[in-house]
Amino acid sequence: MKYIDEYRDKRAVFSLIESIRKISKKKVRLMEVCGGHTMAIHRYGIHSLLPENIELISGPGCPVCVTSQVYIDKIIEYAKMPGKIITIYGDLLRVPGTQSTLDQEKTKGCDIRIVQSSLDSIKIAEENKTKEIIFPAIGFETTTPATAIALLEAKKKGLCNFFVASAHKIMPPVMEVLIRDNSEIDGYIGPGHVSTIAGSKIYDKLVSDFGISIVVSGFEPIDILQSIYMLVKQIESNEPCVAIQYTRAVTHDGNLKAQQIVSEVFEPVTDTWRGLGKIEKSGLKLNAGFSSFDANKHFPVHIEEKPEPANCLCGQILRGINKPTDCKLFAHSCTPEMPIGACMVSPEGTCAAYYQYRNLLNRDPRVPETDIQ
Amino acid sequence: MCLSIPAKILEINGQQGKASVGGSVFDIGLQLVENVKVGDYVLVHTGFALEKINEEEALLTIRLLDELSEHSNIEP
Ligand code: SF4
Repeated sequence: MKYIDEYRDKRAVFSLIESIRKISKKKVRLMEVCGGHTMAIHRYGIHSLLPENIELISGPGCPVCVTSQVYIDKIIEYAKMPGKIITIYGDLLRVPGTQSTLDQEKTKGCDIRIVQSSLDSIKIAEENKTKEIIFPAIGFETTTPATAIALLEAKKKGLCNFFVASAHKIMPPVMEVLIRDNSEIDGYIGPGHVSTIAGSKIYDKLVSDFGISIVVSGFEPIDILQSIYMLVKQIESNEPCVAIQYTRAVTHDGNLKAQQIVSEVFEPVTDTWRGLGKIEKSGLKLNAGFSSFDANKHFPVHIEEKPEPANCLCGQILRGINKPTDCKLFAHSCTPEMPIGACMVSPEGTCAAYYQYRNLLNRDPRVPETDIQ
Repeated sequence: MCLSIPAKILEINGQQGKASVGGSVFDIGLQLVENVKVGDYVLVHTGFALEKINEEEALLTIRLLDELSEHSNIEP
C-alpha cells in the first residue's frame, strides 16, 4: 500500500541498523510515548535489532492506559442513571474500574453504544431526543479535534441532550514529569500523530529546559529506525534538539485549523493519570462557552478514589521504570482476555504489546513454551 | 487509539468524504483539512482526516533511504 510498503523495505532496514551500529557508542535510553510506536516496536521486534547499549522503554502513550480508575467509575455511574445512552470508542469498553467495566454494565442492560466517530454520537442524540447522551471523550492531541467538532456541531444544532465527559490529555506536561522523575531518559521518540495536530513546536521547551533529544517519528519500521538513528546522532554529538523524521505528516507548526477548533472549545485543567497521579495543566475541560454540554457539571457524582489493583505495576511501567515482565501477574492472572491493569487492555498498551509479541522478547522463563505461537 | 492510517480520498461532498484503505471504503470528516482533492492521501483517525500527506517529503525520505542502502554493504 502506498505510504506503507516503502517504509518496510528490508534493505533500508538493514542499512539503517548498520548506520546506527556505526555511530552508537554511549549507553542510551530512549522512550516512546505513543501507543502506536509501542505496538510497532514490538511487532517488528525492533528491540532485538539494536545494539545492546540502546535501550527502548515505553512511556504513557496509550490514552486508554492512562485513563484513571475514578473516571471509569464515573462513566459507569452515568450509565446506571435512568434515560442515559453512553456512546464510547470501543477501546474503553474493557478498561477496569474499581468494581466493574463498561462491558459488564452493558451486559447487565445499560445502554452503552460503540461509535467510530464523535459525530456518530451527535446522530444518536438527534435520533433519541427523550434520552440524554453522554460521550466519554478520551485521547491525546490527535483525538481532541474530533470531540471539538462534535461540540461545535451540537451547539450549531442547538442540541440539549448531548454531553461530553472530557478526559482528553495533552502530552508535553507528562513528558516533563517523566524527565523530572526519571532523569535516565536520554531521548524521546516523539509521538507522530499527536505532532501532526499540535506541531513539533510543543517540544521546544522540553529541549531548552532539560537538554533532552526529541525526534518525531512515523510508525513504520524504517521510520522508527531512522528516528533512533537521528536520536543517537544527537546524543553522541551532544547536540539535543527537536527534529522531525515523519516529515510527510508533521510540521513545526502542526495543523493550525485543528488547533483553532480545539481552542474554541477546551481549556487546560489539572488532570489525573492512571498510575501517575495528578499533573498540572495536563488535561482539557470544556470552556465557559460550552459548559452547558459538560457532563461533569450536569450530572455531578461523587466517586471515592480507591487504590489501584494490588501488585499491578502499571504506574511503574508507564514511567519506564519497570517492564511488564517484572510484574508477577503478567501472562498469569493478567492477560488481554482477563486484564487486571489498564496497560493490558488496549493493544497499544505496553503489557498487551509485550504479551502479544512475547515470542520476540528475550525469552521470559515464566511464559510457558506452549503459549508461544 | 493513536493509530492513523493513510487513506486515498475518493469522493468529497462539502465537509464529508469517502476514502479507501487497501480496498475498504469508509466515510471521513474533512473539517480539519484544507484544500484537499480527490486522489489526495490523508491520515485518518477516529473518522476524521487529520492532515494531507506531503508527497514531496515522502519522496525525499525514500530517496534518502535509497542512498543509504546503496552505500551499505550489508546484504539483507
Ligand atoms: S501485567 Fe497486568 S497487572 Fe501487571 S502491570 Fe501489566 S496490566 Fe498491571
